[in-house]
Amino acid sequence: MADKDQTHVFDNPRNVKRVIWALYALCGTSALLDFVIHRHVDHPWESTVFFYCIYGFVACVLLVLAAKEMRKVLMRDEDYYEKDAD
Amino acid sequence: MGSFLTMGATAPFVIFLAGAILATATRGHIRSVIMLAVPLVGAYNLYSMPDGFVMIGMLFDYRFDILRLDKLSLLFGYLFHLAAFLGIVFSLHLRDTTQHVSGLLYAGSALGAVFAGDLITLFVFWELLAVTSAFLILARRTERARRAAMRYLIIQVLSGVILLAGALIWIDAVGNTDFGQIGLHDPATAKGLGSWLIFIAFGIKCCFPMLHNWLTDAYPEATPTGTVFLSAFTTKVAVYALARSYAGTEILVYIGATMAMFPIFFAVIENDLRRVLAYSLINQVGFMVCGIGIGTALAVNGAVSHAFNDVVFKGLLFMSMGAVLYRTNKINGSELGGLYKSMPWTTGFCIVGAASISAFPLFSGFVSKSMVMVAALEHGYSWVWLALLFASAGVFHHAGIKIPFFAFFAHDSGIRCKEAPLNMLIAMGLSAAICIFNGSYPWVLYSMLPFPVEYAPYTWAHVLTQSQLLFFSALAFCWLKLSGIYPPELPSVNIDAEVVYRKLFPALIRGTGGVIAAVDGAVRMATLRMLDGCIREIRRHHGPEGFMAKTLHLSSMVFWVVAALAFVLVLNFAHF
Repeated sequence: MADKDQTHVFDNPRNVKRVIWALYALCGTSALLDFVIHRHVDHPWESTVFFYCIYGFVACVLLVLAAKEMRKVLMRDEDYYEKDAD
Repeated sequence: MGSFLTMGATAPFVIFLAGAILATATRGHIRSVIMLAVPLVGAYNLYSMPDGFVMIGMLFDYRFDILRLDKLSLLFGYLFHLAAFLGIVFSLHLRDTTQHVSGLLYAGSALGAVFAGDLITLFVFWELLAVTSAFLILARRTERARRAAMRYLIIQVLSGVILLAGALIWIDAVGNTDFGQIGLHDPATAKGLGSWLIFIAFGIKCCFPMLHNWLTDAYPEATPTGTVFLSAFTTKVAVYALARSYAGTEILVYIGATMAMFPIFFAVIENDLRRVLAYSLINQVGFMVCGIGIGTALAVNGAVSHAFNDVVFKGLLFMSMGAVLYRTNKINGSELGGLYKSMPWTTGFCIVGAASISAFPLFSGFVSKSMVMVAALEHGYSWVWLALLFASAGVFHHAGIKIPFFAFFAHDSGIRCKEAPLNMLIAMGLSAAICIFNGSYPWVLYSMLPFPVEYAPYTWAHVLTQSQLLFFSALAFCWLKLSGIYPPELPSVNIDAEVVYRKLFPALIRGTGGVIAAVDGAVRMATLRMLDGCIREIRRHHGPEGFMAKTLHLSSMVFWVVAALAFVLVLNFAHF
């Protein structure tokens, strides 16, 4: 097709970098706002500084690492269930 | 259509049934108009019903409460009309009568179930849900889909049979057929047994852990449009049924938290992107089940409003992946990527769905999911709250980032296709608009909830904490991806609880079948050999050459008689 040669926004690695930097900026700003905005807390754990930042980051890393380990036990070929179905 | 309106209010499923019959008889644009009119007429019909409206049917001496209108059933009623409308718009390009008709009948069955006032009526629609929806999987018309549809049907019908058994025991014990609060009772009593059986039947349709694989097995095998319908109705009918009969049942808090947690691990390593969404559907239903288990006004409001939002944003995500499958014939993350170049609108709508399911501020998940989480904290379920928070970060990870990233961005797969058909784009656009509207202006949705809402979603603290959670989850994804730790998308199957009935049972049956066949063969052989021996013996004596069958000459006969007489005479001599 004609548009195969057309360059798109993320074909330029600089634009990808920009997105990543924007994410760093958002993370930094939201973390700093922890000192500015008084958070109403329902639970003592919540009052820890950067609680949600740390929890979000750690939860996702643990999730991915655990899922990677799970793969070693659970992963099979694509035709695992079809193999002896007939 | 007019006749339904002039008749006054009618049961909602009747309108969908009539629409399905008309759709069978028509083609092309006329059918499209009829199908679009069905949910609109249905919604007006619902709107025209007075509060507390009840419709009763009689069969012989039995009374059926065909329609019971209250805030809870009305909310799900409107939701299902909306979902049906969006699903129909999404499937207008099809020329497939099977899918159109079964889609309408399936939506109608869901409406029949939520408006049912007694357990027997509920059972009838419960089974109709199973039968009508199976055609949306069969319509894929592949051997793989046919097998998945059969497995799906067996489990769904099993749920119906358990419901019927439980309902009959329950009705006998309590003396009425009312579909109302049931709760769990001591299973040693008849009442308790009934309550547990009904609970399990609801649990199967609701995807309780270990009973959940029918969904992840069948939904990804359905047609691109079929999955959009499937994702809206069956599980939400089950959520409604739990809210109606088991609100405040504590075990549901833990079941819900488990449901919210475990599917996200499978979603991270799953390659089929519609199966990723199927796992994330269970994860979202987990939040609802948890809310129902807590059972307070805030928690049930949260569960029900989240069901509403989930139908729209999960439908939207399934639509975007359906559009990808429709255009590229591929759905595995390992084969896709870079589609934002060919399908920019679909990409945009998918991102709105992803933001909504991740509960970004201003998107619909933000205003409903947090109600359940606040309720969990208020009632001292600290660990459950932590689990739900983990699941919130996880859902952003697999549904919010993984789905759009691997389909539309990641590495360029080189696939260049057309943008989704116009009707699909309209359906996605409408869904996206509803996601943003409910997220930014939740008060319309809040006014429809079963209990008065005192919850304020937009506080500085809530906006900030949720943003922090999501931004840092994204940061984790970014870091894992850039450092190469993130597991690549691989063509594979991951074993789940379904291995029991898809692998172990068949193997067991084959194994025991072998033993039975061997014993059976040996017994048959021995019996045959014995019979053969008997026949040979009989043949020897009575066969043509046999002694007993020999024909003798008359004179020899006389000779033997005389000989016998002579023998007797000799004996007589001996006597004297």
